[in-house]
Amino acid sequence: MSNEIAILGAGMHPWGKWGHNFVEYGVAAAREAMADAGIPWKDVTFVSGGATIRCGYPGFVAGSTFAQALGWQGAEVNTSYAACASGSQALAAARNKILSGECEVALVVGADTTPKGFLAPAGGYRPEDPDWVRFYLGITNPTYFALYARRRMDVYGDTLDDFAAVKVKNSLVGSKNPRARYRKCFTAEDVAASAMVADPLRLMDICATSDGGAALIVSSLEYARKMGKGDAPRVAAISTVTPTFASSVVEMPDIATDSAAAAGVDAHAYRSTIPLKAYEEAGIGPQDIDLAEVYDLSTALELDWIEDLQLAPRGEAAALLRAGDTALGGKIPVNVSGGLACFGEAVPAQALSQVCELTWQLREQAGDRQVQGAKVGITANQGLFGHGSSVIIKR
Amino acid sequence: MSGKPLVPAIEGWHTMEAKPHLIGTQCEVCGTFFFPKQNHFCKNPNCESTDFREVELSRTGQIWSYTNACYKPPPPFVAKEPFEPYAIAAVQLEDEKMVVLGQLVEGLSVADLKVGMPMELVLEELHETDEDIKVTWKWQPLAS
Repeated sequence: MSNEIAILGAGMHPWGKWGHNFVEYGVAAAREAMADAGIPWKDVTFVSGGATIRCGYPGFVAGSTFAQALGWQGAEVNTSYAACASGSQALAAARNKILSGECEVALVVGADTTPKGFLAPAGGYRPEDPDWVRFYLGITNPTYFALYARRRMDVYGDTLDDFAAVKVKNSLVGSKNPRARYRKCFTAEDVAASAMVADPLRLMDICATSDGGAALIVSSLEYARKMGKGDAPRVAAISTVTPTFASSVVEMPDIATDSAAAAGVDAHAYRSTIPLKAYEEAGIGPQDIDLAEVYDLSTALELDWIEDLQLAPRGEAAALLRAGDTALGGKIPVNVSGGLACFGEAVPAQALSQVCELTWQLREQAGDRQVQGAKVGITANQGLFGHGSSVIIKR
Repeated sequence: MSGKPLVPAIEGWHTMEAKPHLIGTQCEVCGTFFFPKQNHFCKNPNCESTDFREVELSRTGQIWSYTNACYKPPPPFVAKEPFEPYAIAAVQLEDEKMVVLGQLVEGLSVADLKVGMPMELVLEELHETDEDIKVTWKWQPLAS
């Protein structure tokens, strides 16, 4: 019994700071995905949207908003919110609908418009809100990623040069991606000259927020075969597991971790548990992976993800990087889309954009970014409040 | 000195003596510690307790990691003018083994810190209002 579904089409609106309504980006991405699949809008019977919390009521009901924008045609809708994993959760909803036999072709779509500057909490005196507490005490988003980065330096011996090398690698390959927002090839000197934000992370180590949209057309394998697309890339696994008590890594927006001292349980690092279910579900292991798209909110975090995906032993991702193994043409290329370093984060679209990149790679349509012979790819991301996902695509 | 009274920036989260403690809770059934306080439901999935007692947590621990803030955070943070960068540490408490974030005391920088360094909890001004001085917990290297 296969849990697989086919990816018939992929589409994206280029990332940027365009200042338009998010619906425009989602519709553009959806239309590109439908054209890519050769599927007319009226054949789509399920629309699964990733919610945006920054765009008012239409953002909360994104599935319906996109269905209306494309022209009501009676399709059922769903909206998923799971922070950075929203796109994967929307994809999982479409997969469930297809595998249950209720739907043959589904559109999965996410899009966002993001404001400038710090995302600040509501005011007043609200100590029951962890987000309010941390801002009041002076702990902003970059703090968390800087803590993870510094720990790598002190525990594994990673250097500032390693972190800069991630940016240089991703900007080089991202410069070849017409959908990326930042397409300049940055040097290690550029990174070193950028302002320190949260030691050891400089401005160019940290990803921006962007506008963008991404969409997929997915179907049952039977439907794909009927269309003559039996060899289309397939979704082999979707993991959207939550953490397991006790969580050992301090996560945004919390001020403290769980305590494992009394309960007789081990502490777990959530990020490393996310891919485990994906590997198990796909029946493959890290040795089978040809390329990975990971959530590089910071340069150093890309190195953490490489180890969380077990593509390198703990503490050895920087060695892989230094050997050129994670670059295009290396043994296990990571973020050949250019990653968040070149895109900036558009929350409900980002997890889907990772799957779009893998789809094009597995179809050998990635042009100058093509990973030769890519058959199996994995994505990974993590967001607030115990949301994270990992998706495996194979052909 | 202004002579204004010292009051906790967040009421009830730490004691006010010279060697202060964070105030957490402990589950009456499974013994799990919580900070901030948990009073209504135990977050250990193997425990259904709704009974907690207030406890003072260990005031020493070791640095898990550290960083600083080079840019002025937005409100509700109250920044001094001109803004001075401050260091931040994540410290694993000695007994409870939970990691708690906090600023470092003034005058310390990341160059003074290292993962594993023994630290202790102290109180220091967070900001001043017309009526009082709001203090909060901060970390400093353990006096040897």
